[in-house]
Amino acid sequence: MNAVRDTWLVTRHNVRIALRQKAGIVFGVLQPLLYLALFGPLFATIGTWETLVPGLLAQVGLFSAGLSGIGIVFDARSGVLERLRVTPARRTALLLGRVLGSSLTVLIQSVILIAAGYAFGLRAPLPGVLAGLALMTLLGVGLAALSNAIALVMDPDAFAPIVSTAVIPLVLLSGAFLPMSMAPAWLDVISRLTPFRHVVEAIRDLFAGHYATWTVAAGVAVTAILAVVCVAVGTRVFNRENA
Amino acid sequence: MIKTSGLAKTFKGGVEAVRSIDLTVEAGEIVGFLGPNGAGKTTTMRMLTTLLRPTAGTATIAGHDLVTDPQGVRRRIGYVSQGGGVGPSAPVGEEIELHARLYGMGAAEARERVAGTLERLGLTALAGRPGGALSGGQRRRFDLAFGLVHRPSLLFLDEPTTGLDPQSRANLWQHIRRLREEDGLTVFLSTHYLDEADTLADRLVVIDHGTVVAEGTPAELKGGAGTLDDAFLAITGRSLREDGEAAEPGSPPGRPHGEPGVPDGRADEVPAAGRTLTRSGAPGGRAAAAGKRGNR
Ligand SMILES: Nc1ncnc2c1ncn2[C@@H]1O[C@H](COP(=O)(O)OP(=O)(O)OP(=O)(O)O)[C@@H](O)[C@H]1O
Ligand SMILES: [Mg+2]
Repeated sequence: MNAVRDTWLVTRHNVRIALRQKAGIVFGVLQPLLYLALFGPLFATIGTWETLVPGLLAQVGLFSAGLSGIGIVFDARSGVLERLRVTPARRTALLLGRVLGSSLTVLIQSVILIAAGYAFGLRAPLPGVLAGLALMTLLGVGLAALSNAIALVMDPDAFAPIVSTAVIPLVLLSGAFLPMSMAPAWLDVISRLTPFRHVVEAIRDLFAGHYATWTVAAGVAVTAILAVVCVAVGTRVFNRENA
Repeated sequence: MIKTSGLAKTFKGGVEAVRSIDLTVEAGEIVGFLGPNGAGKTTTMRMLTTLLRPTAGTATIAGHDLVTDPQGVRRRIGYVSQGGGVGPSAPVGEEIELHARLYGMGAAEARERVAGTLERLGLTALAGRPGGALSGGQRRRFDLAFGLVHRPSLLFLDEPTTGLDPQSRANLWQHIRRLREEDGLTVFLSTHYLDEADTLADRLVVIDHGTVVAEGTPAELKGGAGTLDDAFLAITGRSLREDGEAAEPGSPPGRPHGEPGVPDGRADEVPAAGRTLTRSGAPGGRAAAAGKRGNR
């Protein structure tokens, strides 16, 4: 009960901080918007907006949530983290509050992207869009927790370059830009081994209005497992960090 | 309030930052924690405030076991760390309100407490600013506000007045004394300002190389002759502390390396009395301290 309250308090605090960083939100979503504007029309000659937008959502989510851990480095350096660790707040609440705060940023960015997609010609049913957003948010929670854990153990100066480089193959292998059905067999196999392929394809099904498919089930399962594992890892690292 | 036995911390890589600390602090006492750079003061404080897990020894803080009930300890203590804990970007007022609420206060109560604490520390007008827009001393005062806002019964202050102007320093002393009188607050504070230790503390504990090397009232440490500075130098020696000195395993505790004598004639006047002193009643020291400096 206390842990829930603490999580809520820390989340609200982090949301306020996140909402104040308007530049961060806008620039985080600018890159996919550029893809939408400058690559979308090209893609539309061979595919549909309902295929492209879920891919760009995954791109936003992976970059935004993946890099969100950097904030904890600043808090560790400025002593904020240690100050909070001396309060009776559960340490899990301190971590989850941050993670939920950054997931909200991902959610806002996803909504902006989908709205822009509509302007270009995306026509996805509302239930499918909402389900897709829910899936993205869950993925964002997991990735943000993992990102915080990595940021705590990694050399802070190496964090941003290494993580943003590591995210690129994951985005490419997810088939975010071109569906993996077009890929040579070996690439297709590798792609299936990465989690985000399944998430992207599930969101594509949802955007197409196909809800009860194996693809959706697989995407939901992969996202849920990923979220649970990442949050568990994040909590462990966060709790262990200086006793 | 604090009772430790054989408390020790060896960092990964073999740095024996704290070798063995036996410490008793009674409720309502103000205890000064002195020692040269690298002596192990901060490491000891971080153990006592549940931030570092001791590698050996036991401690009971405010009635709760440090290792088995850290949550119980956290609920009763306040801590102002040496480096501070004001973030650069969020408005400090918001941060301190969250801080208060994490101690279980409701929204209204937290707001009231925050307002009162900021008022007493003269910070009300600055609460809307982000930490990055404050001066060093202003930030330090906010650190104190974080440590005090939930009215802990035991307060750990790690060099709280470093960087404060004389007014703020006197204000903090006064504030601490008043809290002790009104609420029976217990204070454990480290400082390099020996006038501060002399004035504020009932009792002093001097550590060097991770162990307690002297303890007693300021008057007892001074041994009737010279200043507290003289006594401190006689106890801990005059050589500067080099990086990693504490790291050498097996170096004799309690004495600096190299020349054991104190190469300064004045030190001879000072009996190295502190070394052998043990705990003793505080009233003498307190009276002496109170007599020396009137309230502002
Ligand atoms: N995380 C760490 N890893 C390894 N060694 C450490 C770590 N933190 C501190 N030390 C070492 O432990 C020793 C004690 O450090 P500590 O910070 O407790 O000293 P201090 O008494 O607070 O000194 P100061 O007066 O300079 O603040 C020093 O030799 C320091 O270099
Ligand atoms: Mg220190």
